[in-house]
Parts: sequence; structure tokens; C-alpha cells
Amino acid sequence: MALHIYSYILHNKGVIDDTAFEAISAAGVIDPDASITAVAAGSGLDLDAVCNQASKHYQEVWKIDSEALSYPDAEVIRRLLVRIIPKGDIVLIPHEHFGMDLAPGLSVMLDAAYLSDAVDFGGIGDGRLSAIRQEFNGQVNTQVECDISNGAVITIRPGSFKGDEGQCANGPIVDKTSEAMEGGIPAVGRRFLKFVEAEVGEIDITQSEVLVSVGRGIADEDNLEIAFDLAKVMGGDVSCSRPIVDAKWLEKERQVGNSGKTVKPKVYLALGISGAFQHLAGLKGNPFVVAVNKNPKAPIFQAADVGVIADILDFIPELTDKINEIKR
Amino acid sequence: MEIFVCVKRVPDTGENEIELDSGSNGIKRDDLVYSINEWDNYAVEEAIQIREKHGGSVTVVTVDNEEGDEVLRREMAMGADRGVLVMDKAFEGSDGRGIASILKAVVEKEHYDLVLTGVQADDGAAQIGGLLAAMLGWPYASIVNEIEILDEKKIRIHREVAGGNLEVYEVDLPCVLSVQTGINEPRYVPIRGVMKAAGLDVPVYGTADLGLSPESVGEAGATVKVKNYFVPEAGDRAEMLEGSTEEIIDKLIDLLKSKGGVR
Ligand SMILES: Cc1cc2nc3c(=O)[nH]c(=O)nc-3n(C[C@H](O)[C@H](O)[C@H](O)COP(=O)(O)OP(=O)(O)OC[C@H]3O[C@@H](n4cnc5c(N)ncnc54)[C@H](O)[C@@H]3O)c2cc1C
Ligand SMILES: Nc1ncnc2c1ncn2[C@@H]1O[C@H](COP(=O)(O)O)[C@@H](O)[C@H]1O
Repeated sequence: MALHIYSYILHNKGVIDDTAFEAISAAGVIDPDASITAVAAGSGLDLDAVCNQASKHYQEVWKIDSEALSYPDAEVIRRLLVRIIPKGDIVLIPHEHFGMDLAPGLSVMLDAAYLSDAVDFGGIGDGRLSAIRQEFNGQVNTQVECDISNGAVITIRPGSFKGDEGQCANGPIVDKTSEAMEGGIPAVGRRFLKFVEAEVGEIDITQSEVLVSVGRGIADEDNLEIAFDLAKVMGGDVSCSRPIVDAKWLEKERQVGNSGKTVKPKVYLALGISGAFQHLAGLKGNPFVVAVNKNPKAPIFQAADVGVIADILDFIPELTDKINEIKR
Repeated sequence: MEIFVCVKRVPDTGENEIELDSGSNGIKRDDLVYSINEWDNYAVEEAIQIREKHGGSVTVVTVDNEEGDEVLRREMAMGADRGVLVMDKAFEGSDGRGIASILKAVVEKEHYDLVLTGVQADDGAAQIGGLLAAMLGWPYASIVNEIEILDEKKIRIHREVAGGNLEVYEVDLPCVLSVQTGINEPRYVPIRGVMKAAGLDVPVYGTADLGLSPESVGEAGATVKVKNYFVPEAGDRAEMLEGSTEEIIDKLIDLLKSKGGVR
């Protein structure tokens, strides 16, 4: 029996998120015969625009339209979804900050299994869906089996499936607002107050052509000097992974990644960075990536063009010296 | 404020190369160096800071085997008041829902105002906090990087979203929050604290203490099971530069020149 799969759609200012198309591919890998319904919540013209974009590629689009949803609050949306999504089906949600807020609780409320951060799927056999996940920041993959006989809520890692925009479906848009709003906007113990944009700092790494990026491997605040020296001879800027900002060794504006900046340099040196997907999410525009790491198994070597197994505390100064020599 | 912090012992990936054990379809765990999950250490620090300002207590809880005792004592040495080790053969092989339902039973044994978890642990699932909140029927916020106590019934929190932007919410207590790294600067564990924590009693709870039926947890109750571990395919792996450091650096500089990294 073909599955029914629901895909929760993210959008911003009337523009549908890429993950909406990645979910179509993911659903196709889970079950090629599945029927797929997009579910979008929001308000007004923005939501209409999103639903129109979704309907081109989804067989059906459900919309929940309310002024109260103009900013999406996962605590509210979870309860609305429970009112309209039947138990026993599959729900796909992107594994990013909104999905991480929404999805686990949704699985509990739908009495469904919860499968988090899938990067690929095998087949279905015996009511079990085989999926691929990653552990230890990508150092190992796992093959897991998820019992989907009571349905499942599954989060999908953004970027792990190719967006399927080619497929034309022209599905109908079904207004589910009254069903979802029956009994009114659900009362929740969490109220959205405001959105605060990240502070703009002095340095803008999004414009840098060459980035010398350091991670936890730099070990000590004092060692940052060698990265600045290298950046200087290369005519680039210093950026970093999250732990360096958490430790307050560098400013937040230098952080590359999902909760930091999206950069698009020509050359990116990843020095003592393991290569977590949240870090790599900030690396766009297909730069030439050089990874230097002392652990030959570090996942960054999957993402880099060129790799060197070395201790960065020795390697960085030597590289700086050699470049200096050539330039002289 | 009575605060409950969920903590997990994880292999320290900075110290270890994770290796596969071909015999068991698992990873080799015997030689690994373990430490507390990075996110959980921030959660415990945050709980201690809240207690220091507003009074109350901090209880750290882990579902583990006897080795879990060590991380509990570490966090008690940092300043947590109590530790609870939740351990039972029947808990082995639990999936996220299993762990969350065990933790729910522990939370409900006593009265708590606030439950903290880390955003994610070693398997990167980022699920326990959200599952636990829904099971308790409490409000939830994930990826929290600021907590302000407004009064006995309400807090204000910041959630970190893409690009380092923030969402600000007011949340009713009791609630569950998953704590993001960088929310504070976790203190070092004082030697005196270590000695004090070594002498404290850490109660152990099992299925009977928690009123859980063994079939509902562990391998038996799991809907998600890990079948196999494998190394990611080396498909588009980087070209590794080899040779002496000099040779490597020469090759690298040639490549950087052609790509515009050295002008
Ligand atoms: C919601 C969320 C958002 C996040 N957003 C971001 C983000 O925007 N950006 C980001 O970077 N992370 C982000 N993270 C964190 C991310 O998951 C990783 O924890 C982080 O990227 C790890 O940073 P790292 O690679 O520097 O450290 P680690 O993972 O600890 O890696 C350090 C690496 O250095 C190597 N090393 C150590 N010493 C040396 C040496 N002497 N020489 C050479 N190599 C050495 C080690 O082998 C290891 O590979 C986020 C996490 C969450 C949950
Ligand atoms: N076995 C466990 N015992 C106690 N808390 C746990 C356990 N596993 C996970 N947690 C908590 O849940 C958080 C998120 O982990 P996870 O959902 O597994 O990624 C961790 O940071 C811990 O706070």
C-alpha cells in the first residue's frame, strides 16, 4: 500500500524554502508510490504565494491561513497540525531551528515514531523504514530502522537531498484553516515577543575572498595569532567555527555556519575544524576548500578538495613562512 | 526554583577517533575517553547560575550504566546539589522516546519548575527535550541561549535561529528548554568540589522505582533501532597531500596560487 506523506513547508516573506523541494525527493526515496501533501501555515498574500509555488510541484497543498500565524510559533503550529494530520501517516520536517522546535513534540502528539536528522533512506520492509543518520558530528554513519506502523515524524537534514523542482504536479490548494482553527487558536504556555536580528559587527566575512578559518583544534586563545598571520600573508580574513565564539575568543560575526554567517569565498582553509554539518551549512558558492586536521577520519575531509593530516599549530606557521618567502 | 538538568556521558570526539567494531556492527567503545556532553555542561552551569540568583536546587540526572556516576559527580563538583543515576538492564537499547519516557517518570517523582537538556548529544538527534516536554504536557523551547527569570511562574528566553538571529519568548513554568552552547561560560570544576562530590550519595532508580513497565522501554519498546554503523563513503573525499611537510606545503602553495589564495 502506498504511503501518504505530509511535508511541512518553510517559507520566509512569501518565498518557499529550498527544503520544500528536497522533501519531495526524500519522499520519493522513502516510497516512490507515495502521495505527497504539502502543508503550509502563515497568513495572507505571502502564504498564497508560497502555496502557489508549492502546488506546482506537490500533488496537493494544504494551507492554514491566519493573521495569528504571520510569525510561525512551533508551539502553536504543532497543535494545529495535530488537528488536521491523520494518525498513522508520515510527516517530513526540515532538521533546522524551526523543525527542531516543532518535530519531536509533534511525534508524541500523533503517537508516531520519531526519526531525527535523516540524510538518506533505504527501502521499507515489514513496516520498517530503513534510514541513514550520522553520529559524532559525521564521524560515523548509522543505518537505523524505524517502525512506521503507527506513522512517523521524520526530520530531514537540509541539503542532503537534491531539490526536485523539475517535477510538475499542479496540485490543488486545499484550505484547511477552519478545520485547523476549530476551537480557536490553541492556548499555549509560550508567547512570541519579538525577533532580534544579529548585530552587525566590524568585519564582514561574507565579502571575503580568502578565509582562514579556525576551529577547536586551535586549542588556545593565544594561538589565534598564527591564524591572523596566515590570513595577512594570504590577503584574507580570519573566520571560525562555533566553539571559538562560544569561548569568546573571536567575535560572533566571524562564525561560519548555520547559526553564523553564510560565506562564499574563493578559498576556504578549514584548520582544526571537524566539519559538522551546521558548520558546512555556512559554506556556499563552491569554494576551493583545504582542510588541515590531525584526525584522518575527520568528516571535513569529505567536504574538502584538498586535505592535509597535520598538527595545525606546527603547520600554520610553516605555511605562513613559506608564503612570505615566495612573496619576497 | 527547583531545576532538573538531563545530562549524558558521551565519547569525547576531540580525544578519540571513533572506530568501527566489525564483530558487533557497533563502534569500539572500550578505549574511548568519555566526558559530559558539551551542551549539557552549559545547561548545568545555567541552572547553577539561576539557583545562585533565585535560590532553589539543581538536580542532575542521567540514564546510563554505572559509568554515568562519574559525570553526575563532575557536575555536582561544579555545584549541582543532587545527582540521580537512572539505571536498569531493561533500559538498555532505549530509543529517544524510551529515554524521554524514563526521564518523564523521574521528573514526575518530585516537583520541578524547570527542566533543562542540551540541544543535542553525540548522536545528534536533538530530540529528548522536545519529546519530554510533549510527554509532560509542558511548554518547550529549543536552542535557548538566554534565560531570564521573571517571577515564580514566568521566564523570558532567547532562541537562536539561523544566521545568529534571535527569537524572544515568554514561557510559563514549568517548562522544558534545550540549552545551546555559548549561553554562559561554564566554570572550572574546583578540586574542593570534587572531594565533596565524591562523598555524596547518588541514588539509583530502576524500573520499579519509576513505575515503568519493562516492555515500554529499552530495546523492547524502541521504534527506532540502530542496525549498523559504517564509515561514510569516501566518494568525493579530498585529495590528500602527502610527503614531507616541505613537499606538502609546496604542493599546497601551487594549488592556492591557481585558486587565487596566494597572489
Ligand atoms: C543548532 C546548532 C547550530 C550550530 N551552528 C553552528 C555554526 O553556525 N557554526 C559552527 O561551526 N558550528 C555550529 N554548531 C556546532 C557544531 O555542531 C559543531 O559542534 C562545531 O561546528 C564543532 O566545531 P569544531 O569543528 O571547531 O570543533 P570539533 O568538532 O571539536 O573539532 C575540532 C577538530 O580539530 C581537530 N584538531 C584538534 N587539535 C588539532 C591540531 N592540533 N591540529 C589539527 N587538528 C586538530 C580535531 O581532530 C577535530 O576534528 C551548531 C550546533 C547546533 C546544535
Ligand atoms: N541517556 C540520557 N540521560 C539523560 N539525559 C539525556 C540522555 N540522552 C540525552 N539526554 C538529554 O537530551 C539532550 C539531547 O540529546 P539528544 O536528543 O540525544 O540529541 C542531551 O543534551 C541531554 O540533556
